[in-house]
Amino acid sequence: MKLNLKIWRQKGPKSEGKIVDYTVDHVDEDMSFLEMLDVLNQDLIVKGEDPVAFDHDCREGICGMCSMVINGRPHGPWERTTTCQLHMRAFKDGETVFIEPFRANAFPVLKDLAVDRSSFDRIIQAGGYISVNTGNAVDANSIPIDKETADTAFDAATCIGCGACVAACKNASAMLFTSAKVAHLNMLPQGEPERAKRTVQMVAQMDKEGFGACTNTGACEAECPKGISITNIARMNREYFKATITGSK
Amino acid sequence: MSLSGLFLCTFLITHMAGNMQLLINDGGLAFNQYAYDMTHSPIIKTVSYLLYFSILLHAVQGLVLAYANRGARKSRYASGNKSSSFASRNMGILGSILLLFIVVHMKSFWFEMHWGTIGNDANGMRDLYSVVVAAFSQWWYVLFYIVSLAALAFHLLHGVQSAFQTVGVNHSKYTPIIKAVGSIFAIAVPALFAIQPLYILFKTLQ
Ligand code: HEM
Ligand code: FES
Repeated sequence: MKLNLKIWRQKGPKSEGKIVDYTVDHVDEDMSFLEMLDVLNQDLIVKGEDPVAFDHDCREGICGMCSMVINGRPHGPWERTTTCQLHMRAFKDGETVFIEPFRANAFPVLKDLAVDRSSFDRIIQAGGYISVNTGNAVDANSIPIDKETADTAFDAATCIGCGACVAACKNASAMLFTSAKVAHLNMLPQGEPERAKRTVQMVAQMDKEGFGACTNTGACEAECPKGISITNIARMNREYFKATITGSK
Repeated sequence: MSLSGLFLCTFLITHMAGNMQLLINDGGLAFNQYAYDMTHSPIIKTVSYLLYFSILLHAVQGLVLAYANRGARKSRYASGNKSSSFASRNMGILGSILLLFIVVHMKSFWFEMHWGTIGNDANGMRDLYSVVVAAFSQWWYVLFYIVSLAALAFHLLHGVQSAFQTVGVNHSKYTPIIKAVGSIFAIAVPALFAIQPLYILFKTLQ
């Protein structure tokens, strides 16, 4: 099939970007969306033009690198699917497809569709860790954790940190990401020692990075490729309340 | 935001219920008595100052929040995203309509009751009822009310359940109930309010 693409092109972080029209031919419906872009880029290289820069790594839906907004939706039209797992059968022959970078002040564009998401790394550095004694690895099941808690913490831990929540949110808020990390660590005994400090510091870093505030629109949850629930946001609000009431600072 | 919003919701219930006395066919005697009691009770006075403060706080916080959140994404998408409800995306605009409404509404009734020149009814009470009837016999004034009440309904459709989420109440058992009751509240309260101006308008048309 053939597609009309409208792709955001931007030379560098400081330059002005704009939407540029392309057509790509010979698209197979079994290709992934990234393979379709590979085909386009091959055409561009042959023509001596600058290929479209986009992030990707695992191409199997687990690394969270393949950030782009397709027809207004982060990772495209399929629910709970990353761009690399999106197949071209989701589109019709002759369709026009908008492809834009994740947009947020806290995710500055590096080039074309590639954005800098190191703000997420700094949120993790602010508190997304636990303290473990050095020495031999502890036996995996030495601390009993009830099944429901383990499952809920694991659900939160499946967040791949792709940033679709920020991209989808009208406020460019990072609450779903941050709350998933806080929930994952705060619910488990291993995370208990830093519990209050983690919550306060990660929220403070999130605000410092310039993400917007959450107004509970639920767009993040709807667009999350891993189905992370906004119950985590409510949980973080509780944790934050407790931490600021009982904390020394 | 959430606490002031929920407080305003409790006010809506009492205000709506009290004003239902407009529907009594007694030439407004009960309503005027009620208006007198409401302006002469120390408890209501105290609560009303809390109410004025809450409205101002809620409006200022809401508008600051909406403005700051708009600023968190300087470059806009060319293709729009619709994966959230209309109401949740337009709380600032809906709230601004409500603010405009509150100003007009307070000028029409609250200001008149306190400082306006109003006649007395058969019981010697200030006849606010006649002021209300005069206002609601103008179709455009009633239309403004209906539009504002529609904005209120949308504001609350998102707002009520959102307030619970903000204060951390999200539970697999109770959240579906909160959402259902919140939606019923969001539609029922404005609808019941709307009966009052419509009733008076149709009565004066006859
Ligand atoms: C009768 C009057 C009103 C009631 C009952 C009401 C109720 C609520 C409730 C319950 C919330 C949810 C709070 C949360 O999610 O934490 C809310 C949010 C909000 N309100 Fe109001 N409100 C009223 C008037 C206003 C006015 C006059 C304005 C502004 C001019 C306003 C602006 C906002 C904004 C911007 C939010 C948004 C936060 C978001 O986007 O979720 N509201 N309101
Ligand atoms: S490339 Fe790794 S998730 Fe898509």
